[in-house]
Amino acid sequence: MTVAGDALAQRSERFQIRVRGLERSFGSQQVLGGVDLDLERGRINLVIGGSGAGKSVLLKLLIGLIKPDAGQIYVDGEDIVPLDDFALNRLRPKFGMVFQYAALFDSMTVEENVMFPLLEHRRRQLSRAQIREVARAKLEALGLVGIERKFPAELSGGMRKRVGLARAIVMEPEILFYDEPTTGLDPVATKNVDEMIQEIAEKLKVTSVVISHDMASTFRIGHRVSMLYKGQIIASGSPHEVLADPPAPLREFVETSGAVTLPPARELVQR
Amino acid sequence: MAPVFALLTRAVNRLWDAPRRFLQVFGEMLLLLFNAALWALRPPYRLSLVLQQMDFIGVGSLSIIVLVSVFTGGVFGLQSVEAFRLFQADGYVGTAVALTLAREIGPVITALMVAGRAGSAMATELGSMRISEQIDALSTLAVNPVQYLVVPRLIASTLVLPALTMVYDVCGMFGAYLFAVVVKGVDRGIFMHNVRWYTDFDDVGMGLIKALVFGLTLALVGCHQGYNASGGARGVGLATMRTVVISSVSILVIDFVLTDILITLGF
Ligand SMILES: Nc1ncnc2c1ncn2[C@@H]1O[C@H](COP(=O)(O)OP(=O)(O)OP(=O)(O)O)[C@@H](O)[C@H]1O
Ligand SMILES: [Mg+2]
Repeated sequence: MTVAGDALAQRSERFQIRVRGLERSFGSQQVLGGVDLDLERGRINLVIGGSGAGKSVLLKLLIGLIKPDAGQIYVDGEDIVPLDDFALNRLRPKFGMVFQYAALFDSMTVEENVMFPLLEHRRRQLSRAQIREVARAKLEALGLVGIERKFPAELSGGMRKRVGLARAIVMEPEILFYDEPTTGLDPVATKNVDEMIQEIAEKLKVTSVVISHDMASTFRIGHRVSMLYKGQIIASGSPHEVLADPPAPLREFVETSGAVTLPPARELVQR
Repeated sequence: MAPVFALLTRAVNRLWDAPRRFLQVFGEMLLLLFNAALWALRPPYRLSLVLQQMDFIGVGSLSIIVLVSVFTGGVFGLQSVEAFRLFQADGYVGTAVALTLAREIGPVITALMVAGRAGSAMATELGSMRISEQIDALSTLAVNPVQYLVVPRLIASTLVLPALTMVYDVCGMFGAYLFAVVVKGVDRGIFMHNVRWYTDFDDVGMGLIKALVFGLTLALVGCHQGYNASGGARGVGLATMRTVVISSVSILVIDFVLTDILITLGF
């Protein structure tokens, strides 16, 4: 390990996840070409980027679903890249993941979906009835009442997403990953999901990592924004910082979305 | 001339490609089997999932096995009577049917039916779970998907196939009896006597060993195809189709090899 690596391996109070030199290709196509990324503990971190930029790939790397070709991912100072499935299972209770299309188990009811992680990992401590209680409470907290016995196929996309969130937080993770939580939702539902993310971040004191290309919500809820472009992070910092002097791709991204009005580039130089 | 040439090139390429693809799939399946064996040994042991799969594969296939066995056994009895009468040997129909059913037809047709029904269903189910990210979701919830999905299917299928094969054998004999004795008038006493006299446990044992191997094979093919499915609904369809083709061919090829080995071993 390099000296820099040693320094990174030190537990950082500010950053819970630190990524260095992450590379990943599929066949001859390089999707990530050296990603350096820091994610702040207990805050809402947004990663933005165009379609096909490799955001989902980055997320899968962060939770260990796929392995990188090169690079390190430190979670609380521990590099998770060399860990095999068996070792990763020890760390995974730290992580919660909300999938783009919820990824609920369609052979189970809503309630069984939320109970599932507890039934798998807390069976020694809790009875089935207690687990059901916890699941119901989580569902209720997310405004999901009366659908416990329904199957995922009977729910709307927005409801499914919330059930997916309930399943992700039922084990009380330290880090919550969201893959495009608002894509495909109407503006009101989008706002609801944004508020939900904020509420959970505050209540559970989790580190949130949100993948998004929704500019409006990015700058509304993000404490830290990073932009992935052509396989690298080209801007990183608080919304205020990255908007002060955005690199060209980010500028284009923000301006086209019309979500935030940027000062014209000239004015910025003068100031 | 050019299109003919192109066609020939394609055909040659295809022939050349086949062994390469075969080796790749074969290697991947062995890897999955190895992985499954590893995870099968680690707790937790999910007995309820195994039972659930046994129910689906075994109980679910029961009626179709009974139906198919009575008819194939029956037609086999019928044809044998015709053939054996040429030599005035129709007393041996029972022997011929019993030996062939127990050693060959029983395990093979049972496995082919279950591959078409349950093996393909495994590919479809795991395939949809793969493309809708449910398999990834299992991983993120610290549940190993091979342990949760593949292991119970492999165990259940391996255990259930011998049982289904026995059902097939018994019902097939019943069908043969019905057509040979009741319809064609072969002497009942001679029929039964020859069945008992010439078949012994080794014959049934050979069939059951085959059934074990076929059960593992068809589940492994279905799980491998489903687990590695990609490319949306079309990918799931392809996985299902490949499962039926690969498992049917494998069952017939393995049957040949296994017969040779078992006969050498004295079965
Ligand atoms: N399993 C895979 N096999 C081959 N290529 C892949 C695979 N996964 C992703 N890719 C490629 O990686 C690139 C980035 O994909 P990714 O899903 O990360 O994009 P994204 O940034 O999440 O886009 P979107 O906003 O549309 O979800 C794409 O070009 C895709 O073709
Ligand atoms: Mg994506």
